[in-house]
Amino acid sequence: MFAQRLSSPSIVRTLPAFLLMAIVLPLLAGCGYNTIPTAEENAKAAWSEVLNQYQRRADLIPNLVETVKGYAAHEKDTLDAVVEARAKATQVTVTPETLKDPEAFKKFQDSQSGLTSALSRLLAVVENYPDLKANQNFLALQAQLEGTENRIAVARRDYIQAVRDYNLTLRTFPSVLWATFWFRSNEPFANFTIEEDKLQTPKVDFGTKQGG
Amino acid sequence: MTRHATSGPVAKRIDAVLLALAMLLLLGVAALAAALPVLTGRVVDNAGIIDAATKAALTQKLAAFEKKGSDQIVVATIPSLDGEEIEPYANRLFRAWKLGQAGENNGVLLLVAKNDRKMRIEVGYGLEGTLTDLHTKLIIENDMVPAFRAGDFSGGFSKAVDDMIMVLEGNPEELEARGKRNPADDSSPIDPIVALFLILWATMFFGGLAMAFLPPIFGTKLSPGVYKWLGMTFRYGRGPGSSSSGSGWVTGSSSGSGWSSGSSGGGWSSGSSGGGGFSGGGGSSGGGGSSGSW
Repeated sequence: MFAQRLSSPSIVRTLPAFLLMAIVLPLLAGCGYNTIPTAEENAKAAWSEVLNQYQRRADLIPNLVETVKGYAAHEKDTLDAVVEARAKATQVTVTPETLKDPEAFKKFQDSQSGLTSALSRLLAVVENYPDLKANQNFLALQAQLEGTENRIAVARRDYIQAVRDYNLTLRTFPSVLWATFWFRSNEPFANFTIEEDKLQTPKVDFGTKQGG
Repeated sequence: MTRHATSGPVAKRIDAVLLALAMLLLLGVAALAAALPVLTGRVVDNAGIIDAATKAALTQKLAAFEKKGSDQIVVATIPSLDGEEIEPYANRLFRAWKLGQAGENNGVLLLVAKNDRKMRIEVGYGLEGTLTDLHTKLIIENDMVPAFRAGDFSGGFSKAVDDMIMVLEGNPEELEARGKRNPADDSSPIDPIVALFLILWATMFFGGLAMAFLPPIFGTKLSPGVYKWLGMTFRYGRGPGSSSSGSGWVTGSSSGSGWSSGSSGGGWSSGSSGGGGFSGGGGSSGGGGSSGSW
């Protein structure tokens, strides 16, 4: 067996330091130092996707409103409600700080669900206009709107999962140690909740109990 | 066994209860695993509504199409959704099967739930711009719904697949570029992290080895046991101090080798699992596409 000694002094001095780093750095990662930042970035990325899809929906609405107006101009109330809800929804400013603030998060969620219900009223009204339903432009918009609503659902589901993972790292052992000693400014993110009206059982009314 | 014979009926009953519980648990696990169908090929006809000839033709067509542009289209039928909406189910299935190539996300899932009379075309992230929601809506409404209403499932499927391929081929340059980026006979690409680790380990291990015997060969001899090579002076001796440092070096590198072989083993096995038959390439979907019913 050969034993070697390097005579160059700088290498002799840096080699142990390099070896120490090579051993300690992976260990640090193995101890879960990266867990919290990774989970946080995942949650933020999932949130960006949620915003992206809500924005996409907001972008579709002016076109939709114009198309519907051409056929159903006297449904002014419904159309105005959609335009108003869209304005309100796009006004709510969303920064990553929003995620730490349940109040701001709720405001965002409320404005978006306001737009959702205004839109669904509009689409229900549209059922009364066969010409509009046959319009190619409207069909295209409807397909895109449906697709966007589904993408919102998927993005929200991914966000819920990502936030759950992130909040878990802040509260469970062993990553909670990192959270208390190193990432003290990290706070749990707010998550989506189901609106209360959706938790109630839908009332079935076939119109037989009118007036009673 | 002997314990059963000697102990009373109570112990026996407890054993029976435990056994029943264990079986229930196993059944539960099996049920969870069975919640999503297995990806057995490009056409997974669990509802049994596609005839054999069409199935073979579709499989061949889809395989040929993947060879061209690496896009993975899968046709799946299930008997029932068991009360779930088709949109989340299709998304779940798409992600479980990982259709499309990793990084390209160029997969398409055509899902039909027979008893619910619903269908959905779920499009991966990477194809949302080509096979738009409107395209999928039109394919569902114009190809599938009329054929399905007439009871001609096989005809509906082949028309829908033809039209999807037509739309995806409508942008030939992009299709070709995708195909070139993802060659069909791509044999298990090495994870860059694993590669980096292997290189680091190899440098440490073989570097030490090379330093032990290369200077005497390539270097210039200054005096017995002292060589100069690449601007460094190497001394070789058999003193107690130097031999102990040498053994320290050896144990360090051997622990490194155990570590890296473990991680590389994991990397290889996950990579090579895609070897036999057909499997998803690691793509994902964000809910693109559209649904319909007949």
